[in-house]
Amino acid sequence: MSNGQNGAELRLVTPGMAIGPSAGIRVGSGALAQNDTIIATRLGWVKEFNNTVSVDPINSAYMPRSGDLIVATVAEVRNNLWFMNINGPFQGLLPMSLAPWKVEFGAARQHMGIGDVVLARVQEVDECHNVVLTMKGVGLRRLTQGSLHSVPINHLDRLRGEGNATLQRLRDACDCRIIVGENGKVWVDGDAEGTAWARQAFDLVRNSGHKDTFEADLTALEKNTPKNGDA
Amino acid sequence: MGGYGDVQLLRDDGLRLDGRKLDEMRPVSIEAGILPAADGSAMVTHGLNVAVAAVYGPMEAHPRKIQRQDRAVIDVRYNMAPFSTGDRIRPGYNRRSREISKVTAEALESVVLVERYPRSKIRVEIEILAAEAGTRCAGITAAAVALADAGIPMRDLIVGVASGKVEDTVVLDLDKAEDNYGQADLPVGILPNTGEIAFLQMDGDLSPDEYNLAMEYNFKAAAEIHEIMVDALKRRYEGGEN
Repeated sequence: MSNGQNGAELRLVTPGMAIGPSAGIRVGSGALAQNDTIIATRLGWVKEFNNTVSVDPINSAYMPRSGDLIVATVAEVRNNLWFMNINGPFQGLLPMSLAPWKVEFGAARQHMGIGDVVLARVQEVDECHNVVLTMKGVGLRRLTQGSLHSVPINHLDRLRGEGNATLQRLRDACDCRIIVGENGKVWVDGDAEGTAWARQAFDLVRNSGHKDTFEADLTALEKNTPKNGDA
Repeated sequence: MGGYGDVQLLRDDGLRLDGRKLDEMRPVSIEAGILPAADGSAMVTHGLNVAVAAVYGPMEAHPRKIQRQDRAVIDVRYNMAPFSTGDRIRPGYNRRSREISKVTAEALESVVLVERYPRSKIRVEIEILAAEAGTRCAGITAAAVALADAGIPMRDLIVGVASGKVEDTVVLDLDKAEDNYGQADLPVGILPNTGEIAFLQMDGDLSPDEYNLAMEYNFKAAAEIHEIMVDALKRRYEGGEN
């Protein structure tokens, strides 16, 4: 997220809009050099850092990277692997060798079926955008209870806050377990009141995450937590 | 010469039947982000036309046979609602909507950076809620704003605009009577920042001079609509700090 920490002026640009001359400037993500001019390719905020101009997009699709912790849903099952919906342009592939169970060939369906939700990690993304997931690791498991929610990728930092402070505030306020996947999927496990409150908080992140009133709105929402009896 | 039959499309004072000048557009308004379920959306009101566009994706392309290993495919579905015109339209795909879906997809593919998302699909749904000539242009404009709203990388915001000929006179942005009884129609998709043309269709005949004048009108209108598109996108995110 562009935060203006270096004091630079924040500018909202739309695709095709000229940002400035390209001479001597490196072109970062969300921008393109065209005829000696840097143009924006996305709707977002211009960021200039280390002689590199880029655009922080307001909306973007999840692009998987190796090591990402994600919440994925089973989309297809084959004899020896699962195709997972990772909320991105490409499906993830979870081979039975990287599942946490001993799976016999042809028995994949006995462990997970279409629609099941898992906490997984991106093992590898190759140059053809083939995404391999793994469930071997501490805490990686099938999520059998709780509910699944979505938050825009570009607002994940807002949801987490500095050092996960905001996320911890949400956990304390709704008394639920919350896991935020890098792919914008959020898993919430708790009672109905707490989950309903968490859902309001996610709506707030979705609708006001880009506004400077977000912190005040969240503080106001915290006054209506289930603990306070107003949810 | 008065088009077909005895329909008079230009008034004696040189203005058009709805009081517009020859190079005057119908009023245009655009709103971005109107559909919460879509990744990006927009509504364009162009005269009496109302077009809603929704963008989903990029997502895994299904069926797999439509996947392209080096780029995303843009799957456009243009549809006119049964209640969009005075006469009820039979619901569902027809030859006209297939053609418009195809040309719109090809126009959008030329501006979207499809190589960023190989093997995936970007789904664009265009629904015409009210129609009064120029729906494909309104649809393309709505799709461009919706794509930008969805965060899809693009070289430019494509603008759909049309001009044509009535009573041997070139006019900008035909209304229903001018479209039905006029002599020519020239809808184009323009990239305002570079001045490129992403799609062009022509129905009827125009001389080279008439064509040049029509394109001049189109470029002028495209610049105006582009400003409204940018304004709509900025308005959606006003109050942002990051």
